Amino acid sequence: MASAPIEIASHAQVSIARPPSSGELLTDRLVRWATTGLAWAVIALGTYIVLQITWTARPALARFGTSLLAAKTWDSNRELFGLLPSIWGTLYSSIIGLGIGTFFGLCIAIVLSQDFLPAAVETILKNLIELLAAVPSVVYGLWGIFVVIPAIRPIADWCTAHLGWIPIFGTPLRGPGMLPASMVLAIMVLPTVSALSRDALKAVPTKIKEAAVGLGATRWETILGVLVPTALTGIFGSVMLGFGRALGETMALAMLVGNANEINVSLFSPGTTLASLLALNFPEARGIEAQALMYAALVLLAITLSVNVIGTAIVNRAARRLRGLK
Amino acid sequence: MTTKVVEMSAVAEGVDLRHLEMSLRSPRTFISAALSAVAIGASILACIPLLSVLTMLAYRGGARLSWEALTSTPPAALAAGGGFGNALVGTLTMVAIATLLSVPCGVMAAAYLAFVGPESPTSAVVRFTAKVLTGLPSVLAGVFAYAAVVLTTGGFSAPAGGVALAVLMLPTVLLTAEEAIKMVPARMKEAAVGMGATQAQVLFRVVLPTAMPGILTGVMLAVARAAGETAPLIFTALFSNYWLFDLGRLNLMKPTASLAVLIYNFSAAPFANQVSLAWAASLVLVVMVLGFNIAGQFLSRNRHHR
Repeated sequence: MASAPIEIASHAQVSIARPPSSGELLTDRLVRWATTGLAWAVIALGTYIVLQITWTARPALARFGTSLLAAKTWDSNRELFGLLPSIWGTLYSSIIGLGIGTFFGLCIAIVLSQDFLPAAVETILKNLIELLAAVPSVVYGLWGIFVVIPAIRPIADWCTAHLGWIPIFGTPLRGPGMLPASMVLAIMVLPTVSALSRDALKAVPTKIKEAAVGLGATRWETILGVLVPTALTGIFGSVMLGFGRALGETMALAMLVGNANEINVSLFSPGTTLASLLALNFPEARGIEAQALMYAALVLLAITLSVNVIGTAIVNRAARRLRGLK
Repeated sequence: MTTKVVEMSAVAEGVDLRHLEMSLRSPRTFISAALSAVAIGASILACIPLLSVLTMLAYRGGARLSWEALTSTPPAALAAGGGFGNALVGTLTMVAIATLLSVPCGVMAAAYLAFVGPESPTSAVVRFTAKVLTGLPSVLAGVFAYAAVVLTTGGFSAPAGGVALAVLMLPTVLLTAEEAIKMVPARMKEAAVGMGATQAQVLFRVVLPTAMPGILTGVMLAVARAAGETAPLIFTALFSNYWLFDLGRLNLMKPTASLAVLIYNFSAAPFANQVSLAWAASLVLVVMVLGFNIAGQFLSRNRHHR
């Protein structure tokens, strides 16, 4: 017994504890500087992308001003670079694609968040939808050319023959066109919409749902009357982010939209979009045409950035608000 | 007690019990059941495109896939045979360059967001920038890399393609790594700090090793996305019919082939040989992309089990 305290004291004299060496302190400082610097580099990269594209588009901006936004003809030989058909095509195909994608995406979000299916089936469905997002857009384009267009051609022909008086069925489907492009877009935005809407629906506190069920509401009265309105901000944000994705989608559209510089409300008419205009013309563009394409890139950047900033802000706000409900 | 029972039965007599039964003849129940059917039907319908894509790839791509297709260069216009070996090498090279650029930057910036200064205003701005960059159209990443790299180095090249892909990978790597680092239990960090470790030691010896599976999940997802990107490569790497490693020496500073651009070019070709090669290349690309995705999900599943 008496020897124990002495032993402890002898241990204390050869203590392995020591202050950090100057080398360790230096490493620590360097690592902290590096992480801070790289965090700032991300902000710098975002700013640099915007500035670089604006700077490269500057000659075209100075020469044409805003007149390109309203001009309709694209003819590089006559130096006419009208962007109105591409802007129209971008918005038109995205809105149709988003409409279809939102319907399916919301259905999936509701099915996956409200215990419709056994847990095992739910996991399979969730993974399948995630894989839908993983397939590269160029593969969807190839699939669209060889599967979607032949599949919808009979339906399109029937619609043109019998319902041709309705403007959206006004022209025959010659091959590539707005409808096949929008259908593939719908498939591509669906995973974004369904994943984020599902998160929004899952974030609704259970007590709110239970209260509605306790009052005697049926399953869909609960969903449509209580859950969806509570999660509406989050759902709306997810739709905005899906819209951002649809607006910037390039390859599937370049392969399916037909690349005709025209404005037409018919679903079967070919059109063009800003992104596919860039992808198609850029490799061969020189001089003023390349600058005009940079102008188009700037327009696309402005549209997608504002849609994404608004969408991100809405999703963040919805998450904060629902945290308050809990 | 008895009066209570009498009261209850009186209430039951006053209520038409049939109203309490669930019957499809009642409009409310019917609408609910019908909407359930619509929602489940739509969910099943949404899986059809994926199944259709996969069957077509297996059917049309599988028919053309061979050792020759994987190891030779693209055929000329009317020639038979050929393959996409150089495109496969090109895709792997450019994705590797992009990974080397984006992963260190993304993980270190994530360490700042989740560990060094989580509450600082800088972190909020970085997070917002990264979320907005996630939605940057891939074609614009290509335009950016064209202006920043191709114009300054004087030509289309594999590194230019790598930079464009890195811009697309960075936000995914950053945001998933941040989530993974946040999941490291505070008591582990506190134990390390209590032993007198400097912040850098805590980061490299405790936080990053613990968060590694989550970080790798993000990297896998980002790699999967980058491997399938086409639009940025049209602006930066273009295409080539030759190997990167040619005449005995490796030259990265020249136009480089990639699977995605090959599919795009050949999908519009009027020759059956080219179209069938596009399908076979799609099959290889999708298997690659799905492989990275599944590897990523597998890693994240392991993490939840622990």
